[in-house]
Amino acid sequence: MKPGTLSKSLKSGAIWGFIVLELIFFSIAGEFLSLSDKAFMDWENMLLLLKQSAPIGIIAMGMTIVMVNGNIDLSVGATFAIAAIVLLDSMTWPIFAGLGDWVIPVAWLLALAVGAMLGALNGFIVWKTGVDAFIVTLGSMLGYRGIVFMFNGEQPTSHLNWTLVDFAEAEFLGLATASWFLLGVTLVIWFVMAKTVHGRNAYAIGDNREAAVNAGIRVGPHMMINFAIIGFLAALSAVVFYSESGSVNPNDGQLYELWVITAVVLGGTKITGGAGSVIGTFGGVIAIQLLRKGLGHIGADTSTVNLVIGLILIAVLILDRQLNVKGKEELKV
Amino acid sequence: MSDPVLRLEGIVKTFPGVRALDGVSFSVMPGEVHALMGENGAGKSTLMKVLGGIHQPNEGHIFMGDEKAVMAGPLEAKAKGIVFIHQELSLAEELSVAENIYLGELPRKSFGRVDWSTLEENTNTILKKLNVGFDATTRVGDLSIANQQMVEIARALTVDAKAVIFDEPTASLTDAEKSVLFDVIADLKADGVGIIYISHRMEEIFKITDRISVLRDGQYQGTVNTRDSNEESVTQMMIGRKLDLSRNASHHELGDVALEVRGLSCGKLYSDISFEVRRGEVVGFYGLVGAGRTEIAETLFGLRDPSGGQILLNGEEVRISSPADAIARGISLVPEDRKGQGLVLGMNCRDNMTLPQVDDLKAGPFVAEGAEIAIFDQYRDRLDIRTPGWKQQVGNLSGGNQQKIVIGKWLSMHPNVLIVDEPTRGIDVGSKSEIHKLLRELAAQGYAVMVISSEMPEVLHVSDRTVAMYSGQIMRTFTSDEVTEDNLIQAISGIKSGQAA
Amino acid sequence: MATLTKQQIGSVLAKQGILIAFVVFIIAFTIANPRFLSPDNILSVVRSSAILGVMALGVTFVVISGNLDLSVGSMMSFSTIVVLDLHDKIGPAMAIPVMFAMTIALGALIGFLVGYLKLNSLIVTLGMLSAIHGLTLTYSGGQNMDIADKEGTWFSVFGQGTAMGIPVPILIFVALAALLGLVLSKTAFGRKVYAVGGNGTAATFSGIRRARTVFLCYIMSATCVATAGLIQASRSLGSQNTVGQGLELEVLAAVILGGASLLGGSGTIFKTVIGVLILGFIQNGLLLMGLQFYVQFIVTWVIIILAVWLDIAAKRGKLWSPIA
Repeated sequence: MKPGTLSKSLKSGAIWGFIVLELIFFSIAGEFLSLSDKAFMDWENMLLLLKQSAPIGIIAMGMTIVMVNGNIDLSVGATFAIAAIVLLDSMTWPIFAGLGDWVIPVAWLLALAVGAMLGALNGFIVWKTGVDAFIVTLGSMLGYRGIVFMFNGEQPTSHLNWTLVDFAEAEFLGLATASWFLLGVTLVIWFVMAKTVHGRNAYAIGDNREAAVNAGIRVGPHMMINFAIIGFLAALSAVVFYSESGSVNPNDGQLYELWVITAVVLGGTKITGGAGSVIGTFGGVIAIQLLRKGLGHIGADTSTVNLVIGLILIAVLILDRQLNVKGKEELKV
Repeated sequence: MSDPVLRLEGIVKTFPGVRALDGVSFSVMPGEVHALMGENGAGKSTLMKVLGGIHQPNEGHIFMGDEKAVMAGPLEAKAKGIVFIHQELSLAEELSVAENIYLGELPRKSFGRVDWSTLEENTNTILKKLNVGFDATTRVGDLSIANQQMVEIARALTVDAKAVIFDEPTASLTDAEKSVLFDVIADLKADGVGIIYISHRMEEIFKITDRISVLRDGQYQGTVNTRDSNEESVTQMMIGRKLDLSRNASHHELGDVALEVRGLSCGKLYSDISFEVRRGEVVGFYGLVGAGRTEIAETLFGLRDPSGGQILLNGEEVRISSPADAIARGISLVPEDRKGQGLVLGMNCRDNMTLPQVDDLKAGPFVAEGAEIAIFDQYRDRLDIRTPGWKQQVGNLSGGNQQKIVIGKWLSMHPNVLIVDEPTRGIDVGSKSEIHKLLRELAAQGYAVMVISSEMPEVLHVSDRTVAMYSGQIMRTFTSDEVTEDNLIQAISGIKSGQAA
Repeated sequence: MATLTKQQIGSVLAKQGILIAFVVFIIAFTIANPRFLSPDNILSVVRSSAILGVMALGVTFVVISGNLDLSVGSMMSFSTIVVLDLHDKIGPAMAIPVMFAMTIALGALIGFLVGYLKLNSLIVTLGMLSAIHGLTLTYSGGQNMDIADKEGTWFSVFGQGTAMGIPVPILIFVALAALLGLVLSKTAFGRKVYAVGGNGTAATFSGIRRARTVFLCYIMSATCVATAGLIQASRSLGSQNTVGQGLELEVLAAVILGGASLLGGSGTIFKTVIGVLILGFIQNGLLLMGLQFYVQFIVTWVIIILAVWLDIAAKRGKLWSPIA
């Protein structure tokens, strides 16, 4: 066996192993601790879990591309909030008054376009200035949040369109609308990353940017497209979620970047870029949601969820490092 | 005679304060292997960047065939048929061999999909030509360095190349791999491709090239036919004057044994290493890259844990578990990678020089800056370091002056044992001979000095005794009376004395 | 010659750009509203920046050593809640040292993970952000924390007291900035922080114990956070358990504005203080101009990117990135 093979196979399977462990643990612990009589591994419960994973999961798919690409996007939470406001607010705009329910697709498109544009703006700045994506998106995380407050100050923005709510709450083949969106996005992004030239180039750029430049890949526009994709997906996540809830607070989406990055890293994507998989990210998303739900099931509150997720993220890092220690004769630097 | 495939005419490239290339003109004929030689810093890599479209020349022109060619960027150079095999590998390790070979030019199907079957087919055709033992779907990160180099070469073969530039291609290849490479070059040659071959290895140059062009300090020194030339004359063109490389055994009395190593081993890196270094003695370590010399130095400096054996300092057995440990015991290491290991480039000269002893230079709770400046001044004068002042960032100094800062940093620790790894790599001739002289002086002053070098004339010049290493083992230790170029080369090639035919 | 002068101007702009921007801002705001430069206003700006500033001082060490600390916000919530809780249980004289010890223990954990285990600091401190947040919520039982007797405690002195007419938070900020400025620029430890951040390998090859240096940087950071938590608790004498949420980014923004490179090896305490003040004065100036608070978010965004952009543009000698 080649060195590193063990670590690699462990890594690629680790997230699913972890999910199984969670399922077993919460099922058993639930027998003793749970207040309800319902089993944890209930089919209904699992379906609900998939639906609840959607907001974070959809964004995480975009984050996978961006991180494989060697960048990061901290502004997704703010983009999420802006898109939500655009969606709900635009449905009340007088110019769309005559559209009836046709305002729905218009509002959706508008929100998605705004998301993609905000993402592209990040990407454009990264491309043209050469400033690190971490800093650029740290800045826009603040800036975009400022834009959120421009709409309605600290007041929530609300608009319920019952046709929209019906759509969002609909189920098809037993799966909720949000679940379908999550699965669809996962499939599309998987296709992009594994099968298309654009996806393969994303790996190449994240792995060795200089080599990619020398090979003639147009790295700048490529990165901008990826930022546009994550902006679009942040907006899509908002569109799916707020179609149902109908009301957005200006602080909504805060700390989403944290959850999303945690899911992506748990799923095995390399922080420095060049490696990672969409399927792994999907596992990471499920694992986190399972943890939230499972802890709730055994009676722990949200504070424990935060604590446990933070510690698990660090534990994964330690494990990864231990698996990659080479040998005693290694240079100690 | 046909027209040259590539012709350079009066290429000048300046950077702020430096004339990196100063009127370089030569031409490469179709089917010619043209060596480009020069010391590090002579301008070879700048010239290659001009050819590759990464830099634009300030003056002069590039011609391809009859046409004037302007390389606006790497893509355009590639489109015009100029292909580079880089010394530093430029591969994406997570991707497959095929994806790397066609990086930037993956074949497409509908919906932007990669056309995997075409990709694999094309790749396997090329790989077959190169006769390598891996296939298109292998992950590049799983290949050996030599095989990764073959991937780079395969990449060059995908293009309809008019000129291929090899930059130190054999640095990490075994003999068998080298001969495959030379076959590839012969094939290219037969196809009428012009080849620029950059290497420091004289043996290869005289084996495979047709003509040799030489650069020195950015200036073109001329082109000679390989057949009509020899190593000595080429070296002289490269360095401009003769380096004094006469033998230099000590005439002073040697002192006690400062460092003794008994049966030292470190995993697969080296094993059963025994030698001693006396005060007043320079012991040279010679061998190929990867023979284990640097790793021994790193072990002595506490950067690697040995798996067996003993280290004795002044007759006393010691365990050295960290560089801080080594420094406390009077061991200094001038490391091989000046910029990566020796210096903090963003720091000033003074701070770099006093870094290992910054804990000891105290004025109350603070660092005694006066004492630091005094140390800096002392070694600036002693080593003739040319810098506007101690506030200068080390990154702005020339290679030679940077190396002197590193040497000064370790001399100022007054070590019992001074280990110097590749002391003159990539620095100008003047600084080189100054450093050689310094190493001899240090021995005369009673320092115990270990010099690791890959340049044979340097080892022969500075050493009292020479340790020849091959593949992690000491083959033989020569006194300066015994050593000759021939028996040293035999020893480092793994031929034990007496076995040689 | 002309190009050389242009370059010189460029390098002066790059080196002092942040100071120049600061001065321009102050002049502009003063023209817009003369009250801007009144002593009262200046004092109020500095006072409201003190908590952020104290935290930024510690993070400066971490950033110069080549790492990040995103956990300072939730760590500050933690120390605020802890000291308020302990105030009533064991009295302020004991509560303060115990809170410091607990906060520093968290810093030591991060320092151990990043320094000795060499884990990626972005992810570790992101994880710790979440973990400490959870810890704080658990500790407080999800409740806000209040001191029972708000009038009768001397504990309020750190946040509300004045000495010689100057608010105590300002005094703490200034004293700590002076002290840490000396530590960073004049002591052997400070020198090692720069070396480790500038070139960790070369630092190791110079006998510097890199892990220990990084560890100590996180201890520094945690100590500053504890101090900030003390000021916060003392000022309000009661607090939500999310009081520090989001501060990690403002802190980082201040440090970056000051010109510290996220790659490590550069930055100073003085520059960080300037960065903190810029953020504070912009916030204040925009409010004085009658603009909504969210305009400050957008302005900060633009300023951060401009500051870093100009810095790297000066280093590479080109305004626009060369990547195609």
